[in-house]
Amino acid sequence: MNRYPLWKYITVVVALLIGFIYTLPNFFGESPAVQVSSAKATLKVDTKTLDLAESTLKAAGVETSGLFLDANGVKVRLKDTDTQLKAKDLLEKAFNPDPADPHYVVALNLLSSSPKWLTDMGALPMYLGLDLRGGVHFMLQVDMKGALTKRLDAVSADLRSLLRDKSVRHGGVNREGERISIRFRDEETRGKARIVLEDNQPDLALVEQGDGSDLRLIATLKPTAILKLQESAIKQNMGTLHNRINELGVAEPVIAQQGADRIVVQLPGVQDTAKAKDILGRTATLEIRMVDDTPGSLEAALAGQVPFGTELYIERGGRPLLVKKQVMLTGDRLTDAQPGFDNQTQEPAVHLSLDSAGSRIFKDITRENVGKRMAILLIEKGKGEVVTAPVIRTEIGGGRVQISGSMSTVEANDTALLLRAGSLAAPMEIVEERTIGPSLGAENIKKGFDSTIWGFATIAVFMTAYYLLFGLISVTALAANLLFLVALLSMLQATLTLPGIAAIALTLGMAIDANVLINERIRDELRNGAPPQTAIHTGYDRAFDTILDSNITTLIAGIALLIFGSGPVRGFAVVHCLGILTSLFSAVVVSRALVNLVYGGRKVKSLSIGQVWKPGVDTAVPK
Amino acid sequence: MEFFRIKKDIPFMRHALVFNVISLITFLLAVFFLATRGLHLSVEFTGGTLIEVNYSQATDLGKIREGLGKAGYTDITVQNFGSSRDVMIRLPLKAEQNSAKIGEAVMGVLDAEAPGASLRRVEFVGPQVGRELAENGALALLLVIIGIVIYLAMRFEWRFSVSAIVANLHDVIIILGFFAFFQWEFSLSVLAAVLAVLGYSVNESVVVFDRVRETFRKVRGLTTPQILDHAITSTISRTVITHGSTQVMVLSMLIFGGETLYYFSLALTIGICFGIYSSVLVASPLVMWLGVSREHFVKPKKQIEGANEDGAVV
Repeated sequence: MNRYPLWKYITVVVALLIGFIYTLPNFFGESPAVQVSSAKATLKVDTKTLDLAESTLKAAGVETSGLFLDANGVKVRLKDTDTQLKAKDLLEKAFNPDPADPHYVVALNLLSSSPKWLTDMGALPMYLGLDLRGGVHFMLQVDMKGALTKRLDAVSADLRSLLRDKSVRHGGVNREGERISIRFRDEETRGKARIVLEDNQPDLALVEQGDGSDLRLIATLKPTAILKLQESAIKQNMGTLHNRINELGVAEPVIAQQGADRIVVQLPGVQDTAKAKDILGRTATLEIRMVDDTPGSLEAALAGQVPFGTELYIERGGRPLLVKKQVMLTGDRLTDAQPGFDNQTQEPAVHLSLDSAGSRIFKDITRENVGKRMAILLIEKGKGEVVTAPVIRTEIGGGRVQISGSMSTVEANDTALLLRAGSLAAPMEIVEERTIGPSLGAENIKKGFDSTIWGFATIAVFMTAYYLLFGLISVTALAANLLFLVALLSMLQATLTLPGIAAIALTLGMAIDANVLINERIRDELRNGAPPQTAIHTGYDRAFDTILDSNITTLIAGIALLIFGSGPVRGFAVVHCLGILTSLFSAVVVSRALVNLVYGGRKVKSLSIGQVWKPGVDTAVPK
Repeated sequence: MEFFRIKKDIPFMRHALVFNVISLITFLLAVFFLATRGLHLSVEFTGGTLIEVNYSQATDLGKIREGLGKAGYTDITVQNFGSSRDVMIRLPLKAEQNSAKIGEAVMGVLDAEAPGASLRRVEFVGPQVGRELAENGALALLLVIIGIVIYLAMRFEWRFSVSAIVANLHDVIIILGFFAFFQWEFSLSVLAAVLAVLGYSVNESVVVFDRVRETFRKVRGLTTPQILDHAITSTISRTVITHGSTQVMVLSMLIFGGETLYYFSLALTIGICFGIYSSVLVASPLVMWLGVSREHFVKPKKQIEGANEDGAVV
């Protein structure tokens, strides 16, 4: 009786082993490191970057404890924070010779310092939340209404030129709130306009309104088009944020969409909120200018004499380029940029879409400048970069522009992203901000850790004193629960926050309930005269139903928190729910395995479960 | 060791009425304080800015108040927490101020008026976010209630699920009543604690109800109050030990957890104490008033026509 089959013991041992392995990285902690990653979408970090980092550090005699390349960039592990700072300065100088124009992000970082075999198994320490490591958390709200009106303004301009091109006479196109109204003088033109619009503007829903001489066509964006617009607006804003945050030199920024119109930005380790906000709120623009191809002027500029009204830029690929200061077109007119292929040559290309006013301007520019080069520049922080400088072959109308020639698919993708990400699709506003200083983070870890340890120790002492061996077994099961929980959190790389630590402590306090239930039941059975082995068996059996019921009700509360909670509540809920699941396993299976190991399969006279008091037997209690 | 040497079942149900009256009074008081004083909601719910700074030496709060007042900030609260060196500044939402920049602006004022402050924490919450958090909190509460009622009704009986949820909502209201009475800050983590308590103390009722059901099935010839008394008495040892253990953990958080976990663990402490009381002394009488009886648990044996005493049909 009370013997587990071998496979059950093996399951428990394997579970404990896995729990131990995945908990292990948390003990090794993290070591200082420097991370070099690309600051530009078009620049890739590869083995060359790794070699440069290695040779730079070697030349300066900085000892590293390992260099490697991963998806984020080159990471250099260092012994202590002093060498970390030294290495950062060295690498900064080597990779960004011109501090005003950084090509790489060199950032301080922390790397798990567990042995390689652990990291290879995917065993990483728990991911600490901002309240434990310090940093900034922003929640930004994207102004979707703004995006919508911006789009409708562009559409009305499109409609005007479309109707003019098709020679449909109208009495004015106006945006009224979230719809566009077009006036007509007679029924016939309205019908004609309707056909034209339906053919050319599939995103619009059209309704006829008015009578007599006041005839109107009301155009609104179809719901699917609005949805698409919102999605692309939030994607574009996230892309822009990503590019900007790269400049901050943050090792592991989190940029995530929350809900339909919100973006959460978390910057661990960043203390300078003012700079962070400045960078997040900055606008970048696109400019189209003409290239000065006058013979001799480029040479003069290179010699130091930049001709009046022009600027010298270095094109991607390293060739110098003289660009006129006069701006022909700005990025405000750009509605989209997508990578693709040239229809004729099948070369990689970027397709740009301009709004109607932009198209008209672009048509004029190209007509007047066939055979010349124009430059597309991205202006950020008042500093421009030539994205591309193609030769104009023919007049380009219709607002569809294609940039092609000497581009790889990757470059086409990156350029399109850069152009799209250059500006925000819709204005954003910070609706939530949380800044946690690094000292507070470290203190929070200590506080959370202390609470858990002291609580656990007290429970352990009491349980062992009250239930003796069974108490010890319960405490071991509780410790196993802690092990499983930490291992699970490390495995899932869930973010651990202070409320999360509180949830660990609380879960442990609640998990002991299952073992108390079992131990009390066993005592009950013994009190009623059951032999020890039967008492263990029925004790565990009977307690299980109750344990299941009570855990499920607790789980219901946990899941509700998980669904509706945000921020700190969510951190609490995740750990709480996982803790309930691990406690079911450890309190029932692990403790039973231990009990069976000790008592199972042999004759037992009594159980070490503390004193079992029986009414009537104990005469010491006065009546 | 055996703490509970109880010879006979304690006649809890004889005093059921008294307990229910006590509960009702506490409950009404809690509602009264909630209505008159209201909850002291944190910036997470109301929106606004909270700034926590730390000085290397004890600092004069008056100076900070004065300085901020001069800089044009109204309706601010400046207070110490933890020690005289830690200062917490709360600013309400103002439409005309650029709320996102408030943190820096305040630090600027502090540097001028009371230098030496190091920024520990800034929390800014916009008005819309605050409202959403409050709504989501209410929804979470509702979901927990519905979920628990359905589960208990399935596992036990509707009478049990109704009494359990009434008893535990009474706990929740009382916790909120405490927060209203003492004007403790009600933050998101307190809300989490309240919901955790709800799940936790239902768990307590479940343990008692489990025994009730078992006793109904096993023991014949006892009246309903006697059965309830027996169930409560036989689980009381476990009740006290379990809650003691959980309380030890919570206490440890209360002592070591610092400011952030303080109100969280305080809410849990009240919740645990009233959780014991309500699940034993509120839920059980309610079950009794609702008229639970043996028939609700013991399925009547099907009488097959023509069957003899052994149930065999020829």
